[in-house]
Amino acid sequence: MGGDSRRRSRLVLGELATGVASYSRMTAPPLHPDFRPTANWDALRLWAVMLARLRRFFAERGFIEVQTPLLSADTVIDRHLDPFRVEDAGRTLWLQTSPEFAMKRLLASGAPAIYQVTRSFRQGECGPLHNPEFTIVEWYRPGDGLEEGMILLSDLAEAMLGRGPAERVSYRDAFILHAGVDPLAADVASLRRAAAEHGVATPESLDALDRDGWFDLLLVGLVAPHLGRTQPTILFDYPPSQAALARVRPDTQPVAERFELFVDGIELANGYHELTDAAELRRRNAEANHRREQDGKMPLPEESRLLAAMDRGLPSAAGVALGFDRLVMLAAGAKTLAAVTPFPWDRA
Amino acid sequence: MATYNTSQFRKGLKVQLDGDPYLMIECNFVKPGKGQALYKCRLRHLLRNTVIDRTYKSGDSIEAADVEEIDAQYLYRQGDQFVFMNVQTYEQYELTLDQIDDAWKYLKEGMNCSMLLFNGNPITMTPPNHVVLRVEYCEPGAKGNTASNVTKPVKVETGAEMTCPSFVEMGDLIKVDTRTGDYIERVKE
Repeated sequence: MGGDSRRRSRLVLGELATGVASYSRMTAPPLHPDFRPTANWDALRLWAVMLARLRRFFAERGFIEVQTPLLSADTVIDRHLDPFRVEDAGRTLWLQTSPEFAMKRLLASGAPAIYQVTRSFRQGECGPLHNPEFTIVEWYRPGDGLEEGMILLSDLAEAMLGRGPAERVSYRDAFILHAGVDPLAADVASLRRAAAEHGVATPESLDALDRDGWFDLLLVGLVAPHLGRTQPTILFDYPPSQAALARVRPDTQPVAERFELFVDGIELANGYHELTDAAELRRRNAEANHRREQDGKMPLPEESRLLAAMDRGLPSAAGVALGFDRLVMLAAGAKTLAAVTPFPWDRA
Repeated sequence: MATYNTSQFRKGLKVQLDGDPYLMIECNFVKPGKGQALYKCRLRHLLRNTVIDRTYKSGDSIEAADVEEIDAQYLYRQGDQFVFMNVQTYEQYELTLDQIDDAWKYLKEGMNCSMLLFNGNPITMTPPNHVVLRVEYCEPGAKGNTASNVTKPVKVETGAEMTCPSFVEMGDLIKVDTRTGDYIERVKE
């Protein structure tokens, strides 16, 4: 036993020796010194081919491509989205976490079906499937509801990936099947129990009463890995607390008319039958900011031109945002965004 | 005490959990688009080498471990205490036989080795990969047998027993791989 442990402890020392400088100096992750791209030319060519295919898909359906500012005085207020803040001559601007607000202002101003391919920015989101700056595709079609929104998303997934149309599973059915708990009926204690029973690794700091935190934990740990395995999967009808900017359908058990696309267990797109009620958005903004403050995060400006637009009247519409880099990654059979984008965060 | 928050998490970080030093050997960021960010980390105990998994959410932090590797010289043994000196500062450190483990077999006075300090205290040391030791005692080998696949036990100057080819004689110097404990070759004086 002794000899064996000797050998192993030496490996540890070796690792330290090749590791990083003293801990006190380590604050930011190091930048990669290599000037070259992480993706090869086959991957970058596929990226371009898929972008052309995507534009054709929307053009064939009469969508107009638009471009809205990356830097705006308004920003989405989400408990878990952190925008980059930019100062200019005493004015605070935000790099957009998605083009949602600006595109809805266009909708309120009489836009037909519109789409956009642009860059979006989310602070702190960095990993194999995340880059703080990424390419987003976002589209809106006035007159669409949940059903039409899901059909269009399924068509797009089929056209772009060639893995068939999307199957649909409600959030409730998926949780009952994979986590053994009914998300619409369950109290937070049942969610905690489901996590424990399935051995889901849980942060000690997760508030025992944070219902949405437990939903996210179960979604990531137990549900999502099963979605989109044989064909793309659309998860729909979310718990009302997960509505974000979707409208809530007042059934006997109210659900948010929100839908998400999953392929190979990876979240690809998020859509809503859009909330059009300005008073409700003000309430959700205040709630999101309250949560942000509890989480120790900076509150974000609650008034926006989107609210002004909604006060005037936002037409009923469905809208979807899709991570384009992830779409290309899946089409390429790659495991990381870095394999299909030239300069990820540490080389940016 | 310095801490790392989740945005600083990455492979290679040395951290402290329940007072023990760990090395972060994996860190995966997972986050639903509109949901809570999670950091799934794998950590290895720097002494026991046991591996544990921990999940953190954004905003969490872990205490940093002040772990430092220094060059040390082995001075002498006093019972179960082994005395070393930091070759830079001349400061002396003691390790117990438990902390030294099997490495005592290779320790010759004056030998250079590397030592790990945790919060300023020595916790383990590693001898050079190869050391040369004098054979103090062994049975005589069969005459003319130079095959290295015939082995026999020998006792070296540190008091440790090793296995050598049978042609090794008393008084010979042998080179040993301290990572495996294997005999490598006979060395001329």
